[in-house]
Amino acid sequence: MKHLISIEDLDRSAIERILDRAESFAEVSGREIKKVPVLRGRTVVNLFYEASTRTSSSFELAAKRLSADVVSVRSAGSSVDKGESLKDTVQTLSAYDPAAIVIRSPHAGAAQLVAGWTEASVVNAGDGKHEHPTQALLDAFTLRRSLGALDGTNIWIVGDVLHSRVARSNILALTRMGASVTVCGPPTLIPRGIEALGCKATATLDELHEADVVYVLRMQHERMREAFVPSLREYAQRYQISAARLRAGQLLMHPGPVNRGVELSADAIDSPQALIGAQVKAGVAVRMAVLYELLAGGPMLEAVAA
Amino acid sequence: MSDRLFARQAESAALLIRAAHVLDPRVGIDERLDILIRDGHIAELGAPGSLPEPNGIEVLDAGGRHLFPAFVDPHVHLRTPGQEYKEDIATGTAAAAAGGYCAVVGMPNTDPVVDQPSTLGALIDTARHQARVPVGFLAAITHGLEGTELTEMAALRDTGALGFTDDGKPVSSAGMLRKALQYQRLAGGVIVLHEEDPALSGEGVMHEGPVSARLGLAGIPSLSESTMVARDAALARYEDARMHFQHLSALESVQALEAAKQAGARVSAEACPHHLTLTDELVRTLDSRFKMNPPLRSEADRRALVEALRSGLIDCVATDHAPHATHEKEVPFEQAPMGTTGLETAFAALYTELVLQGELELAVLVERMSAGAALFELPVPLIEAGQSANLTLVDLDAKWEVGARGYVSRSANCCFHGRALHGRVLLTLAAGAVAFRAPMLAATEAAPA
Repeated sequence: MKHLISIEDLDRSAIERILDRAESFAEVSGREIKKVPVLRGRTVVNLFYEASTRTSSSFELAAKRLSADVVSVRSAGSSVDKGESLKDTVQTLSAYDPAAIVIRSPHAGAAQLVAGWTEASVVNAGDGKHEHPTQALLDAFTLRRSLGALDGTNIWIVGDVLHSRVARSNILALTRMGASVTVCGPPTLIPRGIEALGCKATATLDELHEADVVYVLRMQHERMREAFVPSLREYAQRYQISAARLRAGQLLMHPGPVNRGVELSADAIDSPQALIGAQVKAGVAVRMAVLYELLAGGPMLEAVAA
Repeated sequence: MSDRLFARQAESAALLIRAAHVLDPRVGIDERLDILIRDGHIAELGAPGSLPEPNGIEVLDAGGRHLFPAFVDPHVHLRTPGQEYKEDIATGTAAAAAGGYCAVVGMPNTDPVVDQPSTLGALIDTARHQARVPVGFLAAITHGLEGTELTEMAALRDTGALGFTDDGKPVSSAGMLRKALQYQRLAGGVIVLHEEDPALSGEGVMHEGPVSARLGLAGIPSLSESTMVARDAALARYEDARMHFQHLSALESVQALEAAKQAGARVSAEACPHHLTLTDELVRTLDSRFKMNPPLRSEADRRALVEALRSGLIDCVATDHAPHATHEKEVPFEQAPMGTTGLETAFAALYTELVLQGELELAVLVERMSAGAALFELPVPLIEAGQSANLTLVDLDAKWEVGARGYVSRSANCCFHGRALHGRVLLTLAAGAVAFRAPMLAATEAAPA
């Protein structure tokens, strides 16, 4: 596999292979010296056209723990700011002969375009509202650790599905892993035709007790200004996940950053059912496994397995 | 040639075409004939071998290839003035000739907008020097296409405008459009509408449906178009105005059009080759060549358009030829400008995808390819003695890959790029002059292999 653009690039066995490798890399992250020499002498470029804390820092750490040289370019303060086109920027960075370009863009299809302009492997770190495949992989990793297998589990994705690349990649990844997915949110924020992705859709939390996992999406304040919801108060009344709305045994996830008191109440965030911290932690190991899959491939190196 | 069509001076053709399969549904010809063109006019038609070879006249053996009345496109963007890096009158009309067209109608959404008689006058002057096939022009309905102030429609008509449109944008205000329809009684000229409700389209970049849901792209619902067709058809009826709907894309719009025609509204409509042959499934590639407005819609919409074109409910084919520079289209889908080129591929795309698939008869396609002429009060190309030569010779068996040898248009943003199509235009005569001749039809070659 050369690029990771979409979850559609992966079948179940490829996802499982990546998650298995991530388990090995998680072990590396527990060592005192958290490095393996897998990508020594190779360069990974992180090209971020959108603000990001978790994704950019975990990609950077993942590449460094694989001993790659890392260059991080952000749109603010770079030539991008000066009006350079994506194509020109990518071709400029490609002159450094990177092994991989990790790209985050506000526009759907950006990662796929980049793959056509460079010899490097391309990892989609989020393209518009389209996909965020490494987020879905780390979510699957986190769930697999908690549940063993995802087959037959019932996963609810709650909130602003319309604007969420996390939701799209997760619907695809989790259903591939054998889970059934239901999306739930205000009808203005559930895209028409979303069932075509293989999920169910509902507008109320009435049947939330059926869920084994409640995956809550970030509710952005500007959605109110755009009249998708009348007020955050009404949104919270109808859709906020609180400890009281969770039944015993349900797991709670969120891709971060959380708007406390909007989509999640404080007592839910801090409850033992929440996997939010585990998701962040999984980010590094899973992204190490993705870079390994694209750049090293083949069987595990001794140095890693040891 | 109409006094509202403009082209550079060209030498009148003199040519004897032997053994062409002449198909002109309006005249009722569908047989193998010789055709003599002299002084730019069709002088004589006769059984193969029956016409003598006049001295000094080139003889072309068509070898049974098809000769059609040349096509008329009521909807092209030639980009002059102001956006000549995308296209200009010379390159755009050369592309038209290469596609078998003998006349095209240019849209006013240029830079500056064609909303002043002086701007239109300069454009007409340019066309008189550069146009390879005759061009007519629509002027804007409102100043700057802003939808707030009427242009000097009467003066624009006097200068040569065929009609009026704010194409690229709808006339959002029903009150504004009503005034234009009332003023049409003084100025004349058809009112031509891009139908879209901006409040329903929002930030949409593709058809709203399962594909937009999958891609996370904002959708343009079909009813953004159909509700405006219904609204404006009601206005046309009330004001007894002559109205033409551009580039219909949705099943619901076809239904609204049918209701309007049944109610007696003086409305007509066009459909584009891309909407008639492609669907939003192609947008899954996120290739910006498939980004146009209105967007590619579902298979049900496509079928409804084809059926409406077949029945004549939709009157004609228009390309909405919309060239954009490569650097403008080589960006993520949401950022790319709307539009596809279409002049060089229209007939071949429709022939390959509709006629060869059994969805449309060849004769119906040939009629619809030039039906825009009458709707815009332009002379209708006819293959009969005494008519000006507006003809296109097409090899229906020739298979070619779109874009493999580049484009005549200055731009390459063609949604059919890379497709294998059947039907190659070999020769186009427009207003009595040879406007296009395929390299394989060298002047000395009488019988192409």
